[in-house]
Amino acid sequence: MKYTSQAVAKPYFIAALALFAGQIIFGLIMGLQYVMGDFLFPEIPFNAARMVHTNLLIVWLLFGFMGSAYYLIPEECETELYSPKLALIMFWIFLVAGALTIVGYLAMPYATLAKVTGNEYFPTMGREFLEQPTITKIGIVIVILAFLFNIGMTLLRGRKTVITLVLMTGLIGLAVFFLFSFYLPDNLVKDKFYWWFVVHLWVEGVWELILGALLAFVLIKVTGVDREVIEKWLYVIVAMSLITGIIGTGHHFFWIGTPAYWQPLGSIFSALEPIPFFMMAVYAFNMVNQRKREHPNKAATLWAMGCAVMAFFGAGVWGFLHTLAPVNYFTHGTQITAAHGHMAFFGAYAMIVMTIISYAMPMLNGRKEANSRKSQVVEMWGFWLMVSGMVFITLFLTGAGVLQVWLQRFSDNPLPFMVVQDQIAVFYWLREVAAVVFTLGFVVYIVSFFVKGEEATINAS
Amino acid sequence: MADRFTKSMARNIYYGGSLFFILLFIGLTWHTNEEMPKQDNRENLTESVIRGKNLWEVNNCIGCHTLLGEGAYFAPELGNVYLRYGKSKEAIKGFIKSRPINGIPGRRSMPQFGFDDQELEDIAEFLKYTSEIDTLGWPPNIQG
Ligand code: HEC
Ligand code: HEM
Ligand code: HEM
Ligand SMILES: [Fe+2]
Repeated sequence: MKYTSQAVAKPYFIAALALFAGQIIFGLIMGLQYVMGDFLFPEIPFNAARMVHTNLLIVWLLFGFMGSAYYLIPEECETELYSPKLALIMFWIFLVAGALTIVGYLAMPYATLAKVTGNEYFPTMGREFLEQPTITKIGIVIVILAFLFNIGMTLLRGRKTVITLVLMTGLIGLAVFFLFSFYLPDNLVKDKFYWWFVVHLWVEGVWELILGALLAFVLIKVTGVDREVIEKWLYVIVAMSLITGIIGTGHHFFWIGTPAYWQPLGSIFSALEPIPFFMMAVYAFNMVNQRKREHPNKAATLWAMGCAVMAFFGAGVWGFLHTLAPVNYFTHGTQITAAHGHMAFFGAYAMIVMTIISYAMPMLNGRKEANSRKSQVVEMWGFWLMVSGMVFITLFLTGAGVLQVWLQRFSDNPLPFMVVQDQIAVFYWLREVAAVVFTLGFVVYIVSFFVKGEEATINAS
Repeated sequence: MADRFTKSMARNIYYGGSLFFILLFIGLTWHTNEEMPKQDNRENLTESVIRGKNLWEVNNCIGCHTLLGEGAYFAPELGNVYLRYGKSKEAIKGFIKSRPINGIPGRRSMPQFGFDDQELEDIAEFLKYTSEIDTLGWPPNIQG
């Protein structure tokens, strides 16, 4: 660690992983509810579990992004963080607000939560991913603004690199597009249209800049490849992300009451969206192959390459699968969507956060560069178990989705939703088995942080 | 290519390309808003529908159901449930009203929300309004 203020990243990373654990538990609960409909009903209805699952995901990724920025910005800017104290205060505010919101989801019916938080005075609740009470949303904005101020001031007084510029742009974009979550028109078509300004323009827009910048940072560190080379790639990748991803939003405007021209427009541009993900995978492998040094943290390198590959499959391949309007006509809102959502979120955003954690945590724990070999071996076991678990979750959901589309939408004698769900139950059981493997991988991964031993060095390997 | 394609060229593509497509997107957003009245069924956006939409939201129906294909995939699509139920608001109300408090053993269950008659009417009105939005032929059939 080059600057002492980088240490504020540590609580952010720990909180991120703790919330990730919670997300997984509620995933397992829902996986069971899919096949045992009355499981935990009416104590934890499916919708409550789902809110907890997806909101924890978003919150832990935000913790992860903030922690990553607090670690990366001082090092890139070559100066101490503007205010580590502000970063710590915001950490606690965010953690408490997040925890209270989750407790609210579980402790009372959602309508009661809406009532006690005064949703009637400023309604924003009740939309997928944006279920948070309005005061929580305002809290999120305050935390993000304080965070942007903190790293912005650091950036202003330090060295400016392409990585920090792209990262900052992505984070500002994250804040700006979140503001659309406060807009809730009565007109359902308008509501849906602008909802995607948060959801799509996040994951297929500005978050890709964050992903690209973080990946570039780790690649520079672990491969020692010339910064100029990596920065040129970074520019091209994020350029392609925005060039394809902005108009690509149109792949959500096929069937929600928006004009028909979005069908060709959304299909064509979103069909190009895999390009930046493909480039990311190629460049990660290229940089590692052309490495100028051997880094003792093998696990971090594995995470970086794994992230680029899984993001390409989850977002690029599984996204392309259902993005053309004539295909989406049949797959829209089925298990195919769930399959894609899982692998994309995990491959791109969960894995980039774990990549940074893998790289930074040894230093945050006072090591020079890396954990012991033993610890890394355990971590890599965690990596492979989680990745295989997620691959199989995705494959089983895809199987369920294909059958669902066939039975409910495509065949001559379409069957009702609930009948179809019964017929494909075996895929949901298999998904749950894969989810257990995934969970096991997560446990192994967490254990790796507690495996001691002498720091790995290059000569020893 | 490595030599001729410089970093500043890459940077210019990033800035120029992004700016161009952001502006194009703003233009298309404006145009979509202009065109929306043709499809969005706003003429039927009554007070009752608006209350129904609010009930839809504060009870988190989207956490189990899809509406026009967006939401959760645990329970039936409701964008066309008004049509699936033979354009009968009463049938929809009857279904919502009759959910057992403790669910149905072994079956995916929907909560009993305890709505009063006015609230049931508002929700049914909202689902009727939704089914009349012109979604360009989606869903493929009545099963949603
Ligand atoms: C906890 C999950 C859950 C929530 C929340 C939920 N539902 Fe349901 N809903 C279901 C399930 C499951 C079914 C299918 C029940 C069955 O067939 O036995 C269903 C069926 C329906 C149906 C009949 C659909 C058909 O095609 O037969 C309607 C109408 C409906 N729900 C309306 C609503 C409304 C309105 C809300 C919000 C106030 C809501 N639901 C909230 C789970 C839920
Ligand atoms: C890392 C990047 C990505 C993430 C995290 C992501 C995540 C998601 C999620 C969670 C949904 C479901 C939204 C909902 O609940 O309605 C979704 C939908 C969708 N995604 Fe992605 N996605 C990514 C990239 C892509 C790409 C690159 C493509 C196209 C090539 C794509 C195509 C689609 C399509 C077409 C849908 C709509 C599915 C439907 O009609 O039901 N996605 N995505
Ligand atoms: C233990 C493993 C997991 C299980 C069993 C599981 C299960 C589920 C279930 C049942 C849903 C609801 C689907 C529906 O609406 O019907 C869901 C939604 C979702 N989960 Fe998971 N999940 C798991 C892990 C994860 C992980 C690791 C991630 C990402 C890092 C993730 C991201 C999501 C997202 C983005 C959605 C919303 C999908 C959409 O709207 O299309 N899940 N999950
Ligand atoms: Fe999208």
